[in-house]
Order: sequence, then structure tokens, then C-alpha cells
Amino acid sequence: MASLTISKLRKNFGPVDVLKGVDLEARTGEFIALVGPSGCGKSTLLAMIAGLETVSSGEIRIDGKLVNFVAPKDRDIAMVFQSYALYPTMTVRQNITFGMESRGVPRAQQDEAVKRVAALLQIEALLQRKPGQLSGGQRQRVAMGRALVRDPKLFLFDEPLSNLDAKLRVEMRSEIKRLHQRVGKTTIYVTHDQVEAMTLASRIAVMHRGELQQFAEPRQVYDRPANMFVAGFMGSPPMNFIPAKMANGEGTAIDVDQAGGTATLTLARPLSRPAADSIVFGVRPEHISPARENGAAKPGSATLKAIVELVEPTGAETMVGLRLAEREITGRFSPDDAPRVGETIAIAVDMTKSCLFDPKDERLIS
Amino acid sequence: MVDATLKAIEADPAEALASRRYFLGRLGVYSFLSLFAFIYLLPLFVVVANSFRPLPEIIQNGLIGIPHSFSFGAWGQAWSSYCVSGTCEGMHRNFFNSLEMTIPATIISTMLGLMNGYILSKWRFPGSDLIFTCMTFGVFIPGQLSLLPWAFILGHVGLANTIGGLVLIHCVQGTSFTTLFCRNYYVGIPDDLIKAARIDGAGFWRIFFKIILPLSPPILIVSVIWQFTGIWNDYLFGVVFSSGRGQPITASLIGMASGGVNVRVYDVMSAAVLIGAIPPLLIYFFGGKYFVRGLTQGAIK
Amino acid sequence: MTQATGLAEAAAGPTLRERLARAVPIIVLAPSLLASFVYVFVFAIWTFYISLSNSSLLPSYGFVGFGHYATLWRNTRWKIAYSNLFLYSALYVTLAILVGLGLAIAIDQRVRGEAIWRTIFLYPLAVSFAVTGTVWAWLYSPNAGIEFLVRSLGWTDFTFRLTTDRNLAIYAIVATGIWQSSGFAMALFLAGLRSVDPDLVKAAQIDGAGPFRTYRKVIIPTIAPIFVAVAVVLLQFAIKTFDLVAALTQGGPGISTQFPANYVYDLMFQRGQIAEGAAGAMMMLAALAVVMVPYGLWLVWRRRRESGHG
Repeated sequence: MASLTISKLRKNFGPVDVLKGVDLEARTGEFIALVGPSGCGKSTLLAMIAGLETVSSGEIRIDGKLVNFVAPKDRDIAMVFQSYALYPTMTVRQNITFGMESRGVPRAQQDEAVKRVAALLQIEALLQRKPGQLSGGQRQRVAMGRALVRDPKLFLFDEPLSNLDAKLRVEMRSEIKRLHQRVGKTTIYVTHDQVEAMTLASRIAVMHRGELQQFAEPRQVYDRPANMFVAGFMGSPPMNFIPAKMANGEGTAIDVDQAGGTATLTLARPLSRPAADSIVFGVRPEHISPARENGAAKPGSATLKAIVELVEPTGAETMVGLRLAEREITGRFSPDDAPRVGETIAIAVDMTKSCLFDPKDERLIS
Repeated sequence: MVDATLKAIEADPAEALASRRYFLGRLGVYSFLSLFAFIYLLPLFVVVANSFRPLPEIIQNGLIGIPHSFSFGAWGQAWSSYCVSGTCEGMHRNFFNSLEMTIPATIISTMLGLMNGYILSKWRFPGSDLIFTCMTFGVFIPGQLSLLPWAFILGHVGLANTIGGLVLIHCVQGTSFTTLFCRNYYVGIPDDLIKAARIDGAGFWRIFFKIILPLSPPILIVSVIWQFTGIWNDYLFGVVFSSGRGQPITASLIGMASGGVNVRVYDVMSAAVLIGAIPPLLIYFFGGKYFVRGLTQGAIK
Repeated sequence: MTQATGLAEAAAGPTLRERLARAVPIIVLAPSLLASFVYVFVFAIWTFYISLSNSSLLPSYGFVGFGHYATLWRNTRWKIAYSNLFLYSALYVTLAILVGLGLAIAIDQRVRGEAIWRTIFLYPLAVSFAVTGTVWAWLYSPNAGIEFLVRSLGWTDFTFRLTTDRNLAIYAIVATGIWQSSGFAMALFLAGLRSVDPDLVKAAQIDGAGPFRTYRKVIIPTIAPIFVAVAVVLLQFAIKTFDLVAALTQGGPGISTQFPANYVYDLMFQRGQIAEGAAGAMMMLAALAVVMVPYGLWLVWRRRRESGHG
């Protein structure tokens, strides 16, 4: 039985539709990331799961039980907020036990729970301090401790790492992952950072303008994005989108404008549905590399000519800005292959990893 | 330091001009401030000094003068024996009336303000902003508008001409003020705290007592200070809704001061004025920064 | 979970307990809300009705239309009161702002003992207008106050008898009002001056602006909203002036320092003409509305503009 089921969920604030019919489910123990740009509705969705926002229409079920009208405290959930929301006038210990006290849990049980959680998160030394005396990472852990101590069916995270600096963010990300592996609770994690989503989630739900764009495993979302929005949102730097035309009636090759002419690229896979004449050709920067001059082309790769416009070394790799006729694309080269600005070079594109999109509805064709 | 400045002046004429200008500038600023400080302090000095000068000396040397001799009789008279419109028991009755009126009204209006501010900022419901605006109107409407209705109401509930009636008036009117202050203050408390508490199972009251109230001391103090001062210093309602022995001290002061026709008993009146003015002044001296905080938060909304 | 049970659950909606819990805030707010509503609206409407009725000493509810307003405006005392109000407001607000601004700028020059200066200039706020009026009345009195002092110092021809001169008494009220309130203006201006971005001042210095120019062109325009806020609050005080006049001049000499609030009080409680008094009170409300409504609209407009840009 699914731990969380959301069916046809809609939410409107007056005339504004914030969620336009979302279907989602989380199996027990899964880590689901809700990812999307600001305003896509992910925080509203989380608030509705928590019971902090009412449902306009649709159903939310936790462990099969309908919870649309159940108060947050009775939904057996725990939430970690972006700002941690630690009670500033209480000690860490009191912060953690606040919920248990509200529910009338006996003192002995409370103490045991605190000990357990403090050991798990290594915050024993902080129990008597107040939130104002803690660092960002420590506050994060206390917030998680407060959530853990409830032993809920569902963990909800609302952009918990956004307030941390980059280095701390990476550290805490790993901690969250490790915690999830140990504790194994169903988790819904909202973030606008697609890297966090990719590294943490067992399944990713990409949202845009109140609608679910794609709900699948990270690999799937990355390699076979359902539409151009997902393709452009996941991955950094984003996927290159190149307008192209079908080369022949059988849908086996496409024509792409390049520096000084047009190239015909053979598709690696047959089309999954018939396509109009013009299509969008999507290829990620890491799948563009300098073509080998010794002629031994990798199977599934095609060659294009491009003019080098920008070279940005980042240390581990070099980002190259290339121009194909009118279109600018980005490639990720290894530092040893870095070309010079102004050169016209031949680039190899891995066709097995590329995507074709319908320019009208922006969905994936192949 | 003077030597160094002199040497520097000799060394460079442009610098000399600049530092002379600077010196004049500072002189100007301090003179300006001192002049106004003198004007501001004059009345206070006059009142304090005259409460300790014997009356003949005041009449001879005028109100504004350094005391040549000290006498403490005026205070005793002002407190317990001065005669006003028939009764000769000084101002102590009025002083206690003021306490009886101000303390309950301050406490009640502050508590209500805290509650209302909490509700209007953290438990939004449709129309709560409109309600808040309407409640704030109470701060601005002139007292004259409510004189007749209050007279009517107090008469009907049997509180006419009593301190209780004044307490009621100041509670109702004060709550508009305290609600305004508290709500604006509570808006600064992050909403996430409330959400977290709700998930933790806390309801309306638990959130108020365990989370909001511990965060409230600053606004609590501001509210108490402003309410106490405002209610103690009220004249209009005191003079309309009470009389004679039943009046709060501020209302009774004017009657007392303009009571004597020709012979002004300046020494006793100075002491009486001080008795009436000291409680708020004390609060001001000890709670000064909260006073200012209330000002800047309330007016620049 | 069968479909039927699911539908049944969905139809049940929130339980009674949950509904009650959600109603608690409104229930707690209700008494204050009711009191406020009565105090603000019912009182105003009731007073308005009285102003249209034939009440004299006690309320009576026969409708007579706007006759009392006409009587009011034909009355010399009322006309003097209203013109006093205009004069007082104009002078009081302008000068209190100027003095307050001057004091704030002076203190902002990093003077020493700032806390002392501030305490001195602000203490009048803790004093009631009644007390202030009483004490200043003594200071203005020719045979014991300032005139007496200056004469006793040698200038035997010095006259300073504002409160006994029909034409000058109003200025005594203005001066005393300014004495009472410029500290308030100072506090707000000081807070505003302190909130100016120091980088702005540095940029002006680099651009070569001297201190006067910096104040005039950079700092003061930045705190313009504070001028408006202070002016509005002071105007309110001015319109409600009652205690000060009652204490300082009692409306005299003669009727030269009558103010609307004092005349209204007189009508209501000394002369038993509450209907006319109510009309006067409504006129005071009208004056306040003229100040507050545009201000309120301006605030809303400004907030909307800022959120648009933000």
C-alpha cells in the first residue's frame, strides 16, 4: 500500500489556480523530491500534505486514510522548514519535546526519545542551548531532531538547505541522505535545486506552473525528460535545444544547420510517434565532445561543424561556447581538448543520449 | 591635544581654516542644543524650585528664580490639606483615584491588545485586515465624538461619575491603541514558527502562552508605558465623567490651579502639579528607550 | 478501502471539534471587535443623529435636519474657534517640524551626551497638556512670570504678556504646543536620519557636496515619508486640542482663543445644547477625515507601488 497518495489535487487562491490537478504517490520508505522553479506550486503542495492549507478539490491519503480534513497534528507527519522555525525562547531540548508535551507523552518516554534522537544526530552537547546560540548547520540538525522524535509516517522537508552556504549545503545533503538510509521513512522533499533532487531522491517529481511535468527516477528524468521544460530544468549547464528538420519521410535522420551549411545526423532510435517536419533537437553539453581526427567515430555519434566563441575553464572541465550557424550551444570538454576562440572545429554529438522534442507541445518524441 | 592642534594650525593655512570652521560648527551645534535645552528645562525647573520655596519669596522674587530658602510645607499641604471647592484634603484623594483608574485600564487594555494583535496577525481569516483597519480608526477619532454616547451608556449601567466608568472608557479606547501596536509587532514573528507549532500539535492557546508571550516583553513594556502615560495624563474624560473628590489628578489640577482668584498659591500648586506629573515622568525616565521605540514603531506604520 | 467508504469520508467534512477549534480566534476577538465597532461606528452615528435632533439638555429624538449646523456656523465663537484651529495647525505643525528637524540634525552631528539631550527634549511627551498649560500660564503671567523676571533684571520696559492680550494669546498657545511636541518630531526625525544608507552620504561627499548641500539634497529627501507621518500626527493633535487651551487660557481673554474642541465641550456640558455640540463634534470629525483619508489613501498607493517594483 502506498504511504502517500495524491489524486487530482487542485488548489486555488481566489481566481488564481496554484495547483491544477496533481497525481502523485509515494511508496513506503521512498524519498520523493518535489522540484521546480519558484511559483510552480511545490511549497503549496507540501503545505496541503501537511494540512496547513486546505484542499480545493482532490484527495490526499496517508496510508490509505483520507486526510483532507484532518488537522496537521493528527496526520502523523513531521516537517522541517526552510527557516528551521525553532522556538527561539526554548532550549534545544524543549524544542524537541514541545510536540510530545502537547500530546501528553509521559516524561520518561520523552527523555528516552530525546536521548535517542540526540545520539542519532550528534546534538547531545547542544541540548541546553537556545537556537540563537547555534550555527546554521546545528540548527538544521535540531530541526531534523524535532521532526525525527515524532516517529511519523511521513517526513516533509521544505527547502531545508536553502539558507546554508554552498559548502555546508553539500555536507548537510549527505547527512540527510545518510539519515534517510538509516531511518527509512517516507520523505517528501521540496527544493528548487535540481542537484539536490538528483542526489537525494529515489523518484523526482518535476513541477511547473501548478502541473506535474514528470514523475520518475532521477536517471529517467535526466536521460528521457518528458518535455522541454524538464529537459531544460534538470542538468547544469542546461540541455542545448537546436531547431532541426526531418531529413526524410521515414524519420531516420534530421537536418541541422551548422557552421557553413547543413549536416544530416542519423538518429540512434526510431521515433516513438510520428513527427511534423520541424522538430527540436536536444543534446546535453556533456554529450558534445571534439570529434576525433583519426576518423574512428564512436557508434551512435554524429559530427557537426561549429565556431568556438567562448572558452571557460572551470578546473575539472572546460565549458565551450559554440556557434552552429544561428544557434549558440554549450559543450563540456575535458581541459586537454580545449579549443581556441575563433576556431572552427568539428564536434561529435552522442546521438544515443540525445532527445527530440515536438516544437508545438514541447513533449518528447524520441 | 590643544598643543597638537595649535601646531597643526600654524603648519597649514587651509587646514587652519578648516579646523576653525569645524570648531565654529561644533560651537554652533552645542549652543543651539543648549539654548533649546534651557527652554525645555525652564518649566520643569520652575515647578520643582517653586515647590520648595516659601510663598512670600515667590511673590517677591517672581516664579523664575533660584530658591533662597527651602521649605517643605507646600508638599504636605498639596498632598493632604489644600482646599479646593469646599473640601480641604489636598490632592491625595485624586492621586489614588488616578491609580485606581490607570492601573486596571492599562493592564486590561494591554492584555486585550496582545490577544487581538496575536489573532489579527497569526490567525488570519477573511476580513481580518479590514477588521484591523476598523479597529485602528479608534485611535484617530476625536474624543468629543464619544462624549455624549459614553454619558448615555455610563448613565444606563450606573457607572456615571465613578472611577469604574473611566476605567471602562479607557479600556475600550485603549484597546484600539494596544491592538495596533501589538499586531504590528507580531507581524514580525515568522509564520513558520506557528506552522511548526501546529504540526507539533499546539493549538490556539498553547501557541499563545508558550511561543508568542515569551517573545512579547518588548511590546508589552511599550504598551504598558504608553497606556499608563496616556491614561494618567487624560484630562477630557476625567473632567467630563467625574467631579470633585472623584476626579483623577490630572483633571483636578486645572480646577485647582485656576480656583484661587487673585492670590495664587504658587508653592502649593507647584507641589500639586508635581504630584500629578511625577508618575508618568518617572516611567519616562526609567523606560525611556521603550518610549521612543513605541513612538517610532507606532507612528511610522 | 472501498470506494464507498472513501466517498463517505469525503462527505463528512471537518468534525465538530475541528470546526470549534477553528472558531476560537474569532470568538476571542469578538468582544473587542464588538466594543471597537460600537465605539467607532455606533458612537459616531449616534452623535451624528443627535446633531440632527432637537435635543437640548438631554437627548431627544425629534428630527430637525441640519439646523444646528447652520446655527453653529453663524455663531461668532465657532467661527473664531475654527479660524484659530487653522492658524494654530499651520504654525504648530510647520514650526514643530522645523524645530524637531533642527534638533535632530544637531544631535545627529555626533554630539556627546546624546542620551542626555534626547531625554531633555523628549520629557514633555510624558507630561499631559493640562500640566504644561498650567505651568506655562504661570510663566506667561505678567506679574510673576517671564515679564517679571526680565523686568527685575533691569529691562523695566519689557513686556511679554501674551496671555492677557486678545490678539496675541493664540500665539502663546502655539508656542506652548510647539514646546510640547517638537521633541516627538525630533525623535522620529532622528530615527529617520539614522536610517539613511551611509553609502548615500559617502557618495555625496565624493561628489563634492558640503554638509548643507548633502542634507538638503540627499538626506532630507530620503526621509520625506517621515515628514508626512509627523505632519499627519501633529495635525491630529492640533485638531483635538482641548487640554492645552483649557489649562492655559480657558479660551480667553474673552473668546479670542476658543478652539473647536473647547466650544463643543462648552455646548455639551455647560450650556445644555448637546445637539449643537454634537454638530460641532461632527465638524471636528470632518476636519480629521480631511487629514486622514488622503493620508490613508497615499499610504495604500505607496505600498502598492513598492510591491510592484519589489
